[in-house]
Amino acid sequence: MELIVASAIGILTAGGIYLMLRLRTFPVILGLSLLTYAVNVFLFASGRLTIGAPPVLRDDMTVYTDPLPQALVLTAIVISFGMTAVVVMIGLGAFLGSDDDHVDDQPEDEDEQTEGQS
Amino acid sequence: MSLFLIVALPFFGALLPGLMNAAGRSACAGVTFTVSLAAFFGLLTNLPAILAGEVVMARVDWIPSLGLNFTLMLDGLGFFFALLILGIGLLIIAYARHYLSRKDNMGEFFTYLLLFQGAMVGIVLSDNILLLLVFWELTSLSSFLLIGYWKHLPEGRQGARMALTVTGMGGLAMIGGMLILGQIAGSYDLSVILQNRALIQADPLYVPALILILMGCFTKSAQFPFHFWLPHAMAAPTPVSAYLHSATMVKAGIFLMARMWPVLSGTPEWFMIVTTAGLVTMVLGAVIALFKHDLKALLAFSTVSHLGLITMLLGTGTAFGAMAAVFHILNHATFKAALFMSAGIIDHGAHTRDIRRLGGLRTLMPVTFVIATVAALSMAGIPLLNGFLSKEMMLEETTHTVLFGIPWLVPALATLGSLLSAAYCFRLIGHVFLGPVRDDYPAKPHDPGSGLWLPPGILVVLVVVIGVAPFLAEPFVKLVTASLLGGEAEVPKAYFKIWHGLVPALFLSIIAVVGGLILMTVFKPLLRLWETTPRPEAKVIFEGIVEAAARLARKVILGLHNGAFTRYAAIGSVAIIVSGLYAWTTGTVAPPTRAPQPAGPVPIAGWLMLAAATCGMVILHRNRFLSLILIGIVGLMVSIGFVFLSAPDLAMTQFTVEVVTIILLLLALNFLPNQTPVESSVLRRVRDAGVAAAGGLATFALAHHYLLRDAVSTPISEFHLANSYKGGGGTNVVNVILVDFRGFDTYGEIIVLGIAALLIYALTETLLRGPVRARLLNREPDQPRAGDMHPMMMVVLTRVIMPVVLMVGFYIFLRGHNEPGGGFIAGLIVSIAVVMQYMASGFAWTSARLKYPYHGVIGAGVLVAGFTGIGAWFVGEPFLTSYFTYVRIPPFEKFELATAALFDLGVFLSVVGAVMLSLESFSRLARRAHVTDSEHPMDIDPSRDDLATGRTETVNEGA
Repeated sequence: MELIVASAIGILTAGGIYLMLRLRTFPVILGLSLLTYAVNVFLFASGRLTIGAPPVLRDDMTVYTDPLPQALVLTAIVISFGMTAVVVMIGLGAFLGSDDDHVDDQPEDEDEQTEGQS
Repeated sequence: MSLFLIVALPFFGALLPGLMNAAGRSACAGVTFTVSLAAFFGLLTNLPAILAGEVVMARVDWIPSLGLNFTLMLDGLGFFFALLILGIGLLIIAYARHYLSRKDNMGEFFTYLLLFQGAMVGIVLSDNILLLLVFWELTSLSSFLLIGYWKHLPEGRQGARMALTVTGMGGLAMIGGMLILGQIAGSYDLSVILQNRALIQADPLYVPALILILMGCFTKSAQFPFHFWLPHAMAAPTPVSAYLHSATMVKAGIFLMARMWPVLSGTPEWFMIVTTAGLVTMVLGAVIALFKHDLKALLAFSTVSHLGLITMLLGTGTAFGAMAAVFHILNHATFKAALFMSAGIIDHGAHTRDIRRLGGLRTLMPVTFVIATVAALSMAGIPLLNGFLSKEMMLEETTHTVLFGIPWLVPALATLGSLLSAAYCFRLIGHVFLGPVRDDYPAKPHDPGSGLWLPPGILVVLVVVIGVAPFLAEPFVKLVTASLLGGEAEVPKAYFKIWHGLVPALFLSIIAVVGGLILMTVFKPLLRLWETTPRPEAKVIFEGIVEAAARLARKVILGLHNGAFTRYAAIGSVAIIVSGLYAWTTGTVAPPTRAPQPAGPVPIAGWLMLAAATCGMVILHRNRFLSLILIGIVGLMVSIGFVFLSAPDLAMTQFTVEVVTIILLLLALNFLPNQTPVESSVLRRVRDAGVAAAGGLATFALAHHYLLRDAVSTPISEFHLANSYKGGGGTNVVNVILVDFRGFDTYGEIIVLGIAALLIYALTETLLRGPVRARLLNREPDQPRAGDMHPMMMVVLTRVIMPVVLMVGFYIFLRGHNEPGGGFIAGLIVSIAVVMQYMASGFAWTSARLKYPYHGVIGAGVLVAGFTGIGAWFVGEPFLTSYFTYVRIPPFEKFELATAALFDLGVFLSVVGAVMLSLESFSRLARRAHVTDSEHPMDIDPSRDDLATGRTETVNEGA
């Protein structure tokens, strides 16, 4: 079980980093989302893995899984939605404004360069 | 009046002028005047205590652990400066009302002025040196705003920038000096520091502290070599120059030297640095002032020169020198403010301040002539005016001061300074007012209304009164001197009188005045000589330094930060991996303590799907739509993983977030190209794959490592599990942590979420207003649009299940405290219910049925959560302390009422508002692009893309 979760984190991270290094906004956003999954699962797993013991108090239970990472990851999931939305909006705005969805600055024209320096 | 109130009044009052702007200029100035007047009277109520020799204190602990307390102290010295700041401030406000034209935003001006006034009063009343530093920086900032008030003037902006740079750097040095001083004395309270003269002066760090503090004072008070910023600050409106450079800003440095006099002065270092700087400044400022043609520039350099004089007096370290300094501060404030205001009047009347274009104004502006002449003669040191008295005291003091072992050096230089000072005063009077009337003034000069001449008039009356009857000022000056000396020396016995007999100072005075007159007779050849002599221009040097620093910064930044995001990301990833590897290889790795748990077929199947989906995304990411589906699979697998691993709350959250995220990305994809072109080289892809593989391996190794080992110390979760029911009243520990144990975190998080949504809204608004709008309107959708915009099946279905979904959301919300659920999840579920309506019935239909704007919902959520937290204050508990009880209303079962539920309601509202505002913003982009407003559901889009003409019509309607 531990191997499965750890390798899932590894796969998600690898995929996330690869996509994050792409040149266009959309794959980069998807890469960030994959990294988000990886980080959330990683944080969640810091409470170690327990099967069948949700942190909901029951009279007949004595063992529960660690609730704190869950609470932290829960807000992280919601915040990551907000973050993704902002990044998507910025990427979209840049694309709509310039018809270009590169994430790197493109080489500028001579005019623009002098303008930028003044 | 409490000292707190005196300091606070200008700051709070600064809110008013902006509000009163619409009520007219007089109302605006009136309210400012009233605020200042209230503070002024508040100060006067403390006068009896000051006269009795008491020190008024007020204290509130702010950050005691840092030694930073809001401690105010009012003694004679502080009272004197506060009186100058507030008193002259009143005159300036009255003057500015008439000086500023209709084009100037008066509310803005008076807001800055009051902020500045508050900061200045704060400096002179602070007892804590850290607090003093805070106010010190505030004066730098507010004076920056004041100097640059005429934003349309490049000189104004440059002058403001220069003033901020120089005084800001000085302030930085001073922070260092003050911290050293506080460390030596063991306290940051002035009242303690001032008692520890011997301890401080014996400390090896005394000299560094002294130099750093003096850097702050010299930059602020424009002492050589930092004198150059002050004349450039003259681009400000005249009331600002009159205020900043006569009574306040530049006197802050002088004030601090006076304040620190009991502990810092009297050592050879103090004497050498302060006296020399003062002397050089005094002579240099006077020389430059003599040859300036701009009235305000002349006055600016004369201010520099007089500040040098005061600095020099403080530098002597004798009680008599200190008393002369105090007296001159008073006199300089009166005549210099009057002169600045007169310069403003001349500028106002003749539309020029260039002395070469003026002359003969005596008959045209008689009132101004009298005011300016009296003030200028006082500055020149003519008997029966106050400038004479303090100048003679200064000369008297110099005859006892020996610098570099040369007894005649200081008196000679001081006399030279006075001589030049007299010369430029005579030039001011002679070249502006005397001489023949000219016929080429830019405008017809005339005396202004009383609003402009009355304030300087009042000051000139003071000039004469003190000059004729110095014994009136004597007790007050001696009182201030006594508090300046702080018991380190006796207040001198000397009497203030006009005739002291044939003392050396009188002869020096006569030399100065007569010499000044002689100098004026040979002014023209002197000017020619001056103009042909090459000399370093401080502004050019300053700008050269700034330009060089900016060039260096640009080079470094552009080298590191060239706009290639992928490069930063790669460097960042590699750096993190390498440092992790370093930690791994250098740390100790303990053997596993947990046995691996067996994995059944279900987890393995889920893992396979997750791995396949991720690999598929990497391989097929160029097909954007497909990769969106694949990431949905990944999210689903993660949710299922959460269920499997005992995290039902997380699973529900992940699942619902997944839905809204996919909708969001779909909305974005609507505009973006559907394909990612092949751009990167094979080599590059191999490199990226290498980095990715290394990163994946690293996280895998780390996760696998700690999953097999127990925590090093007991997790704090034990506490949460034990107290969730007892203390929080809920059995769902995750929810209790969110709304109770760590409620403050959650509160911050919903605010962040709300800000993110507002940011998206703001970006959308900007896009829709800018040039992008035209682009959107003319955009050709690259996918064929559905003919059936609102499919009937979907519309009916979503409308029918809407109440059901809302019910589910409500249920999830209510049970959240004890079972998996809660505000976050309920908020997401309700959002999905609303989004479904948008998708099925259309934007216009849905928005027409929504009562509350989403911004309001976010705000309401944050407020509800905040007020719930504040509620705890009323029962004497800290913020966000929760309370719960059980009630029973027959025939229902016993149920629980908890304030945490109210907090969760705030979370719920914020989440709904934030999610909906983001999605709505995105769909507004789409709506403006090519969809016409349609009130009716289940309609057929007649403008299908197979009818090319129809589409253009749609576009026109949309516009």
